[in-house]
Amino acid sequence: MSLKPILSALLHNKAGAILISLQIALTLAIICNALFIIHQRLSYIDRPSGLDESELFTFINVWVGRPADQNLADLLLRDLQTLRSTPGVVDAFFSNSYPLRGGGWSTGLQRQLGDKQPRAHAALYMVDEHALATYGAQLVAGRNFTAADVNEYGSQETMEPKVVMLTRAIADKLFPDGDALGNTLYLSDKVSPSTVVGIVERLQTPWVGGAWADGFYENTILVPYRSIAEPGGYLIVRAEPGRRDEAMKAVEQRLLASDRMRVISRMRSYEEVRANAYRRDRGMAILMSVICGVLLLVTAAGIVGLANFWVGQRHRQIGIRRALGARRRDILRYFQIENLMISLIGVVIGIAAAILLNLWLVTHYEMARLSLLYILVAAVLVLALGQLAVLQPARRASRVPPMVATREA
Amino acid sequence: MWGYFAGLSWRSLRRTPALTALMVLTIALGIGASMTSFAVFRAASGDPIPWKSHQLFVPLIDLWGPEHHDDDKEPPDALSYTDATALMRAHAAKRQSALYPVGFSLIPADASRSPFTVQGHAVYSEFFPMVDVGFRYGGSWGETGDEQHLAQVVISSALNEKLFGGENSVGREIDLDGTRFRIVGVLEAWNPQPLFYDIANGNHFGSTDDLFVPFNWAIDHRMQTRGNNNCATDSDPGWDGYLRSSCVWISMLVELPAVADAEAYRRFLDGYHSEQQAAGRFDWAPNNRLHNLPEWLAHEHVVPDESRVSMLIAFGFLIVCLFNVIGLLLAKFMRRAPEIGVRRALGASRGRIVQQFVIESGVIGLVGGLLGLGFTALGLAGVGLIFDPDIADLARLDSELVLATVLLAVIATVLAGLFPTLRAAQVRPAWQLKAN
Repeated sequence: MSLKPILSALLHNKAGAILISLQIALTLAIICNALFIIHQRLSYIDRPSGLDESELFTFINVWVGRPADQNLADLLLRDLQTLRSTPGVVDAFFSNSYPLRGGGWSTGLQRQLGDKQPRAHAALYMVDEHALATYGAQLVAGRNFTAADVNEYGSQETMEPKVVMLTRAIADKLFPDGDALGNTLYLSDKVSPSTVVGIVERLQTPWVGGAWADGFYENTILVPYRSIAEPGGYLIVRAEPGRRDEAMKAVEQRLLASDRMRVISRMRSYEEVRANAYRRDRGMAILMSVICGVLLLVTAAGIVGLANFWVGQRHRQIGIRRALGARRRDILRYFQIENLMISLIGVVIGIAAAILLNLWLVTHYEMARLSLLYILVAAVLVLALGQLAVLQPARRASRVPPMVATREA
Repeated sequence: MWGYFAGLSWRSLRRTPALTALMVLTIALGIGASMTSFAVFRAASGDPIPWKSHQLFVPLIDLWGPEHHDDDKEPPDALSYTDATALMRAHAAKRQSALYPVGFSLIPADASRSPFTVQGHAVYSEFFPMVDVGFRYGGSWGETGDEQHLAQVVISSALNEKLFGGENSVGREIDLDGTRFRIVGVLEAWNPQPLFYDIANGNHFGSTDDLFVPFNWAIDHRMQTRGNNNCATDSDPGWDGYLRSSCVWISMLVELPAVADAEAYRRFLDGYHSEQQAAGRFDWAPNNRLHNLPEWLAHEHVVPDESRVSMLIAFGFLIVCLFNVIGLLLAKFMRRAPEIGVRRALGASRGRIVQQFVIESGVIGLVGGLLGLGFTALGLAGVGLIFDPDIADLARLDSELVLATVLLAVIATVLAGLFPTLRAAQVRPAWQLKAN
């Protein structure tokens, strides 16, 4: 079938064709970027934290009345004993933060001192020898901290750990030759170096999302401290399988029974921690999916509406063509090819618009460059949508009887 | 005449129910999506103190030098203790207050009630008149309270309600972490969103302060900040070492009523920098900032990027919907070419035809807008799934938004209908009559 008559018919009916092309172009531009945002957000959510989250929970304990440092250290040890002996609890420890919490400490790490030396950024967790077992994190090389490694860390003290553990990600970054274990690094330029005694497979930082946190989301250093810098902090507890909810209640009761001068707050399962951390990402993905879906529906409805109008307008011409020997299949093809041509024009404009929109988003917001794959997927999607939408009007056109040619006017 | 046209429109729309429903739905969806995202954006970008925001300023001092800048050459977004207290002593603005977030455990006098945590800010007494907050009972601790480092406290009306059932509690005492604080004032109900006086600490929405204590008392008692603490280099050990360090953790708010005052304050900041330079503390050129409140909110990205991007996408969606409506209206109007021909032949002018179709688009827009209002309400109900609940709670469907929604729908649809309308008015009566 020759394209020329379709093209010349289109040129006679420019307004509608241009409208549909522009609509398809805009739809494509929006859908590419929306799909990209969806994918980006879902990939954040899919990141493994390195923990076995199923039986984990966490809460904040704050001591009332600002006890002196030595008292705090004793109170903390007593609490940890109470926790670990609570029925249903497997293990527990105290920390300054935990993965996905949203806030915490970070520090610069150096192998050699000096301003010009490379510095790697890492999240810092103060933990004791129970942390790995509680988290269910995997030690891939070296050893865990021992009780003898762990010290108290008081307010405004300089941090000077003799031994540290690193995640594999930061170990590989600081020691590209793979010789991190047994090697030393500096937490700051005022202290003696710390020896790396263990490598942990994976332990996510407290931060999620955002360009800043994205750069080092698996770079974590563990230092053997119990912090008494503040009169409170985070407790992380692992319960026996299936007993988490029961343990959450028991823990609060037993701690309050042992000493009432405290405030226990934000008792949350790790499920809740995760849902809260990724709320924005999940929400953005949902919003973009809904907008994509409705947008495609609206565009399809527009094509159906206009194509039906054209079928009505060309009723007589179709009849004449049928009378002159065109088969029903030819009429069907005609409308399908016409739609394809209009859609292709829209797709070409749309690709340009998609790239422009993405460039604008990249400069103004924390967004990455759009990959070609999304443009291709969206283009195919839009073309298929056009074909699907035109099917009903095209069928209607193909059913116009040849008799029409002889009847009117 | 208008009534006649409206009647004609109504009859014409009822003749093609499917097409009309499609147009109304398209407009309603586009309007619903864009107004929902606009409501969230408006909630997040509202000015918390509109009558005064251009007189409140946040001074920043570049105490770290060019070495510690990212690419943007911006000084850190808070002050060190050294600089904050120097600016307080200089007293170069009409009013000023250094401030930082603090937290306590409050131990109720009634031993049967459990202790609970309270949050607030350590501020100077000038803070209260500066942010224009009224007192229900009592007042601030005044300059004497500032100077004498007294354990005095101003509490929120919510805390007063919780502890004392809302009665006048001035002169009574509360126990904060073992220290007895005397209540000197109870604030009026006050819930500024975002929490504009401490933007640098990031809790923009949803948090309110329970109490305010004197800045000097908090420093004396080594109250650590509950907010951010950023250090360029290590500080010396101990609290005094921390206070002397270049760590930034204190926010500052100053009131400068006239433009000339702001200029003078800028010169004062540069002068301060030069003094410090002469004293050997800084060895770089002054790079200070004095943001007024609206600039500061923009600088600190108080409106989340999610909100802006979703608004952009939603308005893009509205435009697609409008293109769709243009196409459908074109189809609808052109289908009535014979009718237009007859009316033109019977003496209706082009203007009349235009008038009729403009009204017809307006009617579609109005119905679409009303339905869109429903979609907006639905969208706002579900918006907590997507944005911070604290922001979502602020986004409401008020009369202003209702009016804006319906107006936008009508205006957008009439604009979308212009091209099809003009095309319809071009119909040549003779040609149409002949064809029939």
